[in-house]
Amino acid sequence: MAKARVVHYINQFFAGIGGEEKADIKPQVLSDLPPISVQLNKLLGEDAEIVSCVVCGDSYFNENLDQAKTEVLALIKTTNPEFVIAGPAFNAGRYGMACGTVVQMVEKELSIKAITAMYEENPGVDVFKKDILIVRTSDSAAGMRKALPAVAKFALKCIAGETLLEPDVEGYIPRGLRVNAFTEERGSMRAVRMLVQKLKGETFKTEYPMPAFDRVPANPAVADITKAKIAIVTSGGIVPKHNPDRIESSSASKYGKYSIAGFDAISEADHETAHGGYDPVYANLDPNRVIPVDVLRDMEKSGEIGSLFDYFYTTVGNGTSVANSVKYAAEIAKDLLANNVDAVILTST
Amino acid sequence: MRLEIGNIMIKDIQFASKTEVKASTLYIDKDALISAVSGDDRLKSIDVELVRPGESVRITPVKDVVEPRVKVSGGGGIFPGFLSKVDTVGEGRTHVLKGAAVVTTGKIVGFQEGIVDMTGPGADYTPFSKTLNVVVIAEPKEGIKQHEHEEAVRMVGFKAAKYLGEAGRDVEPDSVDVYETKPIFESAQTYPNLPKVAYVYMLQTQGLLHDTYVYGVDAKKIIPTLLYPTEVMDGAVVSGNCVSACDKNPTYVHLNNPVIHDLYKLHGVEYNFVGVIITNENVYLADKERSSNWTAKLAEYLGLDGVIISEEGFGNPDTDLIMNCKKITAKGIKTVILTDEYAGRDGASQSLADSDPSGDACVTGGNANMTIVLPKLDRLIGHVEVVDVIAGGFDGSLRADGSIEVEIQAITGATSEVGFNKMTAKTY
Repeated sequence: MAKARVVHYINQFFAGIGGEEKADIKPQVLSDLPPISVQLNKLLGEDAEIVSCVVCGDSYFNENLDQAKTEVLALIKTTNPEFVIAGPAFNAGRYGMACGTVVQMVEKELSIKAITAMYEENPGVDVFKKDILIVRTSDSAAGMRKALPAVAKFALKCIAGETLLEPDVEGYIPRGLRVNAFTEERGSMRAVRMLVQKLKGETFKTEYPMPAFDRVPANPAVADITKAKIAIVTSGGIVPKHNPDRIESSSASKYGKYSIAGFDAISEADHETAHGGYDPVYANLDPNRVIPVDVLRDMEKSGEIGSLFDYFYTTVGNGTSVANSVKYAAEIAKDLLANNVDAVILTST
Repeated sequence: MRLEIGNIMIKDIQFASKTEVKASTLYIDKDALISAVSGDDRLKSIDVELVRPGESVRITPVKDVVEPRVKVSGGGGIFPGFLSKVDTVGEGRTHVLKGAAVVTTGKIVGFQEGIVDMTGPGADYTPFSKTLNVVVIAEPKEGIKQHEHEEAVRMVGFKAAKYLGEAGRDVEPDSVDVYETKPIFESAQTYPNLPKVAYVYMLQTQGLLHDTYVYGVDAKKIIPTLLYPTEVMDGAVVSGNCVSACDKNPTYVHLNNPVIHDLYKLHGVEYNFVGVIITNENVYLADKERSSNWTAKLAEYLGLDGVIISEEGFGNPDTDLIMNCKKITAKGIKTVILTDEYAGRDGASQSLADSDPSGDACVTGGNANMTIVLPKLDRLIGHVEVVDVIAGGFDGSLRADGSIEVEIQAITGATSEVGFNKMTAKTY
């Protein structure tokens, strides 16, 4: 049997072209396979072969979505593949979005099977997991040694058209599809056993995890905004120039609380963004675009709001886990209350 | 309260000139049976057919399934409040024709009646493909109201089960199972070191052909109360439902309630199973609030450490399930909930209409929206044209070649929420 023809889609970084400064490169086919594709090709062995590697800058892809999709699709199509592998994207958000888009588009437009690989908290997972198969990886490229063999093994299984077992067994991220299965024991006995485990304080495995949304009901409208003390909280990464507390550009392990007392507006001279998940140019040129200090000062002067709180709170939302976000929010909320803040403007990017 | 269940194993059913059990065969005098269940002038005709596992037979629309039982000793009689006086049941001895079942069918009553296939892929999904079925076909007179139709057919099913059960009165059972639940204080003294558990048994009472009866009382009109588990085995709780076939509890399932039977299995070993709290699933918010308050109050009053809560139906009753779970958990009592899922035909939707983190221990009967193609079978009993309109069916369900495509929702007992079936769902 001839080897299955596979196209590998990656971003500028994994192609060895460059980092953020090259994130705007247009879709192209690499004449020589980059090391990551060579390695993946080796792992695919006798049954499949990477026939081409398509590269696109993450910024270009996400900012020119329609055009990028058309261009990437055309490049993939020229080599007439039977399968497409995108990534792994680990926890890179824009790369994950691109990989998810490519896989979905290839399956829909070309009717070719495709897979990608990501860390479970990559924003691309939330957006695409229902529709596509995503191999589970660690959160950074340091996990490459484990990720590539897993991707290759899973790809071969898909290419062969084998029936996929449960996600935990196969190592892919559940699509959230409920599939019926017959069991050894009837439901009532399973319930009795689960109750015994629960009574004993043992671990038990629910058969249907309740969708538990962390719903936060919105507060009632501020009664009199002209008397209210208002604070700014952001996940957009705005920090004093040179990022004194070294808040990480991704997967932030902390948040900062910084004074804006005496600032009529913030500027390029005194503030910048620490966020590594978006093009920082416009945020750095005018940080008020992320936290609207300038407008709020105007409103404070004209009496439209009571006052602007002397401090703002900031972290980087990029790749930051839900658990950490919840922790920061709880601490920030406590501090806001202690300072008699009446209302908060939350900004993201 | 102590009940002996004498199981008379039935391995075949045959028409004969006399109704009796001989050498594990149930012989049925067809005319006598029909005469025993007749007399309701709302019914035009009654006929009986016999169906065995593996035969190429499809029965639809199935209204109820009932197990033939007879009260041999102890107070009261089978189906109190309907066919017997309202004496308290659950004590003494009851004989069961194990392996036999009465299945009622005829012109459709509501939209939510089921399919039982005795062979093929559909047979895997219904427990009643494994029973020897005495199918009673009751056709209504023109012009009777649906609720009258429902009641008439319901009574025919009970009468048939009682009539056949009588044949087992003097037969030596093949096995005798003993179930005993002591009064609460005595029970607590017997097992001072075991956690106390109970079963919160939610009964379908949304009304308008969605009803369940307790000792003859419409369960819409009860406030949650206590039963000895064995009362259920003598027919204290019966179905009057035309709810989706997959997850309603036919009377057969009430009689054999698997949660009760399985809780007895580890009673005195892992826990002390002290009793059953029955509650309802009314549609008014005040009723939902009151009933869930009461289940939680009774659970606390009994000093329980844990409960299993089973739902009947879906959608609206999901809120009752979650309210029960939430309020009982809030009393510091461990809960396990039993339900099924409506996750869409693709399985991608949220499965329940309500949820709460307290429902962290959930057993599911599977996704009722899954579709299945049931091939044409040789013999049809009932009215197959209804598959286009029964719950789980859709326009075009009945195909020209005689096969049908339906959601398993339409199959009687497929996703049982008391865990009578061996199905679950997994996340892929």
